[in-house]
Amino acid sequence: MSRFDAAKYRADFPILKRLVRGKPLAYLDNAATTQKPRQVIEFLTRFYETHNANVHRGVHTLSEESTNLAEAARGKLALFVGAPKPETLIFTRNATESLNLIAHSWARKFLKAGDTILSTEMEHHSNIVPWQMLAAERGIKLEFVPVELDGTLDLAKVKAALAKGPKLFTFTALSNAIGTVNPVLELIKLGKAAGAVVSVDACQWAPHKPMDLKSWGADFVSFSAHKMLGPTGVGVLWGREELLDAMDPFLGGGDMISRVTLEKSTWNELPYKFEAGTPNFADQAAFAPALDYLSDVGLDAISAHEHELAEKARAILEAEGMTVLGPKDPAKRSGVVSFNVPGLHPHDVGTAFDLEGVAVRVGHHCCQPLMHQLQCGGTARASFYLYNDQSDVDSFARALKRTLEFFRVGPKAGVS
Amino acid sequence: MEGDAELQDLYREVLLDYFRSSTRKGKVDPANLRAHGINPVCGDELEITAELRDGKVAKLRYAGHGCVISQASAAMMAEALEGAEIPKAKSLVAAFKKLMLENGDVAGLPEELEPLASLEGVRKFPLRVKCATLGWNTVMQGFEAAK
Repeated sequence: MSRFDAAKYRADFPILKRLVRGKPLAYLDNAATTQKPRQVIEFLTRFYETHNANVHRGVHTLSEESTNLAEAARGKLALFVGAPKPETLIFTRNATESLNLIAHSWARKFLKAGDTILSTEMEHHSNIVPWQMLAAERGIKLEFVPVELDGTLDLAKVKAALAKGPKLFTFTALSNAIGTVNPVLELIKLGKAAGAVVSVDACQWAPHKPMDLKSWGADFVSFSAHKMLGPTGVGVLWGREELLDAMDPFLGGGDMISRVTLEKSTWNELPYKFEAGTPNFADQAAFAPALDYLSDVGLDAISAHEHELAEKARAILEAEGMTVLGPKDPAKRSGVVSFNVPGLHPHDVGTAFDLEGVAVRVGHHCCQPLMHQLQCGGTARASFYLYNDQSDVDSFARALKRTLEFFRVGPKAGVS
Repeated sequence: MEGDAELQDLYREVLLDYFRSSTRKGKVDPANLRAHGINPVCGDELEITAELRDGKVAKLRYAGHGCVISQASAAMMAEALEGAEIPKAKSLVAAFKKLMLENGDVAGLPEELEPLASLEGVRKFPLRVKCATLGWNTVMQGFEAAK
């Protein structure tokens, strides 16, 4: 491996020192949430110990400090994702809320009965259910680009679906369940060329791969801080400014208004129009040191490192005759390896791995339609990040071997 | 090794035997008890069908896919409930749920539920208790609907 110093990064993550069931923790559930470096943990503690006060309200010193720290994170994020202006980044609770915000405040206002929303079969439930709810309420049609058996999208089928003129095209940049890297820029271009508003679920992209929102050309992009070393409870919605300006607020209440009388209210400017009530300002502020950390390591280096580990895990699985989902071409794969042990349910795999200290996610990964298309009820999923190293791959291999031996399953076992 | 001992404690040999057995797998047709259970955590689905005749569970089968724990538990349940008077079957369901959910005493289990003692180890894995109770909750829905 190149000079990527995973050992140095590991030392920054206190949780990685703990034992699980008597074994060193091999944390391979990063697609669900990432661990936090002490820089983030200490920042959060320091924030509560020295700056804490409600934002955008008081004239006192603490309120000013608190506001500045929370807004500094927005500014830093704008640079990190190449947003044209910090105020085009809305803080939500999570990416699910970001997608619901688009459904509620944009789609509800600008789509009408008979219009079509196009998505894909690869989506997380959060990019399916809000549209189903809206479709049922407003008589909007919902269509999905089918996923191929190798877990990719066929661009010819995307074009064919776009040719029918959907008003919105909303898709994932990178599959959380099987790790397929979608051709994001190509998909955005196709969507825009067909005249659709384009929304990208970048939850699994933002922590691992650089993005430049200015040049991407999308209309909405959603992601979440907790999957990128940041605190929980901070989601992000980026929107093109004209669209955000034209949209109505999401929730009503404090902070989102400009003037309130008993008869009517007028809305605050961006981004506050969409951030009603006391925001999660402490966690928002603590997103900044997480972004600093990622910038220091570098997303390209992280991506290459985790891809290398995931490909090693895939090689181990394939050598044992396990079913690995997703594309064969390494170039279309990420740091996620989703697999099945023939003859054994993913939950039993997950428990057996846990007893070896290896944390993998099992089940349908909130992607039941995708699992259905790929003809499996669920999978076990290992997802790598910057602090994983060869020792985690070794633990993974050991856990797999023990699982196959104990349950006497897999192609190499006799009759079970 | 610790991991091995824990694995053996959770997945006892009896449990694995029931998991691998297909004796009561399938569907009863025609059936006058039908129930469909879903574990929303994992998406596992289980279909219970039974023939209730003369106040008894004459025949009971389970179909669907699931983990070792849910499948073995359903297999043991089918064995325990088959032939039982309906009120007795319901009391067995209650006794099993007490074992799993209220940390009931294994020694106090009715003799029909003896093999179910092998699920004792599951109680140390709270996330997996739902797997063990899926079949039992499903059959109770079936009894309610068949009234």
